Amino acid sequence: MAYSEKAKSFYDSTLKNIKQDGLFKEERFIESPQAANIKVEFPAGAPQKQVLNFCANNYLGLSSHPEVVKAAHDGLDARGYGMSSVRFICGTQDIHHELEDKLTKFLGTEDTILFPSCMEANAAIFEVMLDKEDAMISDRLVHASIVDGMRLSKAQLFNYKHNNMAHLEEKLQETQNCRFRLIITDGVFSMDGDLAKLDEICNLAEKYDAMVMVDDSHASGFIGKTGRGTHEHFNVMGRVDVITTTLGKALGGATGGCVSGRKGIVDLCRQRARPYLFSNTVPPVVVAASIKVIDLISDTTERRDKLERNTKYFREKMTKAGLDIKEGETPIVPVMLYNAKLAQDVARDLYAEGIYVIGFFFPVVAQGQARIRTQISADHEFEHIDKAVAAFTKVGAKYNILGKKKDEIIALYGM
Amino acid sequence: MSEDIKKMIIDYVKKEYLEEDSGVTVNESTKLISSGIVDSFSMVSLKMFLEKKFSVKIPDDKATPEAFDSVNNIMNLLKEYTKI
Repeated sequence: MAYSEKAKSFYDSTLKNIKQDGLFKEERFIESPQAANIKVEFPAGAPQKQVLNFCANNYLGLSSHPEVVKAAHDGLDARGYGMSSVRFICGTQDIHHELEDKLTKFLGTEDTILFPSCMEANAAIFEVMLDKEDAMISDRLVHASIVDGMRLSKAQLFNYKHNNMAHLEEKLQETQNCRFRLIITDGVFSMDGDLAKLDEICNLAEKYDAMVMVDDSHASGFIGKTGRGTHEHFNVMGRVDVITTTLGKALGGATGGCVSGRKGIVDLCRQRARPYLFSNTVPPVVVAASIKVIDLISDTTERRDKLERNTKYFREKMTKAGLDIKEGETPIVPVMLYNAKLAQDVARDLYAEGIYVIGFFFPVVAQGQARIRTQISADHEFEHIDKAVAAFTKVGAKYNILGKKKDEIIALYGM
Repeated sequence: MSEDIKKMIIDYVKKEYLEEDSGVTVNESTKLISSGIVDSFSMVSLKMFLEKKFSVKIPDDKATPEAFDSVNNIMNLLKEYTKI
């Protein structure tokens, strides 16, 4: 048998180690559409429980929006289920092109190319744009998909301390001899919820003749006054060379991503991007629904405005209740607990109170930075937020962490 | 000589990876990778720094997280490739 005893025991012991380290991830079965209010079976076999979801990337509440669902049905009827092809053979329909045009217009760029996911857009972009005589200069906290993408490129890698512009400038000075330099950052950082200093980054890029690439997956649709993203927020539209983003979060939440930016770079992706050339086209049903999403959020800013109000309300209430949240303005609101076990215990108790959140700890975040990452949605109502804050207050009191800051929580529980 | 090199690497780690207000102390036996001070991806810049400073090429298969996990480990690695 090819699957030898040696191989089997290796995989089994690896899994055992993951469990022993407390890093084993278990899926929870949701038995309803994605929304603020969901039915969950957890652990497997347990009775269904109605909980409020505070850990989805469903920022605009569009994942199960009736008009989006209807557009998906209509798209399914009009253009079928699958394409059984990559884009350049026989996998491009008129609606793929239409969605790319709409994204270009929405993001305020020159052109856009769809990918099956933003993970694949990030896997592609660096290899397409850069070679061994070039440099990638990346913020140290960029998303894992960017890290993987950079690994696939022959360009030299440099990284700077998180959002530290002086350190970025040092790296730009160090790399003056490279042919091209690309500064790489998330627009909104997924674990801390803070924004890249995109105006300062663009200024430095122009000073040192570097290009700028932003992954706006946690920003597209709601950051900036009309939701275009981090570049709109910092008033640098037209100064960012490449944006990668996802349709899998605020923009409907299904799947799919894109590279949007300078026309020459997008054109070259159509010729050279391996994840585009060798993986299937985005399914028609997702494309049709995504077109509706872009239409909905282009017509009105109502949903991103509601999300902004909800975020402000939640942040104020949590602060007032004495929880140690990371300051900021985005709907990613990390509740800091510092200790991994404490983060898991608090998340478990919140679930018992009907609030669905997850604890994050090393190696997902830095050692001693364990937290619960809460995410606010336009689907939440103030009463949902009130319930969540009440639950955090109750559980926080149980663990004696209300009103306590980092040093005091660490003194109680360690790092 | 060896102490000077250790200090130089410690200074580089502090400057390159730690925020000024981090409160983390680094000495020759401090765990760098497994503690998360240097994440495994940022290790690339540490490798580049050492290669440039000592004019050596550390083979990729030798540049493991274990080999870079403390200044002492790095010193052992360097000894294989330089005359320090």
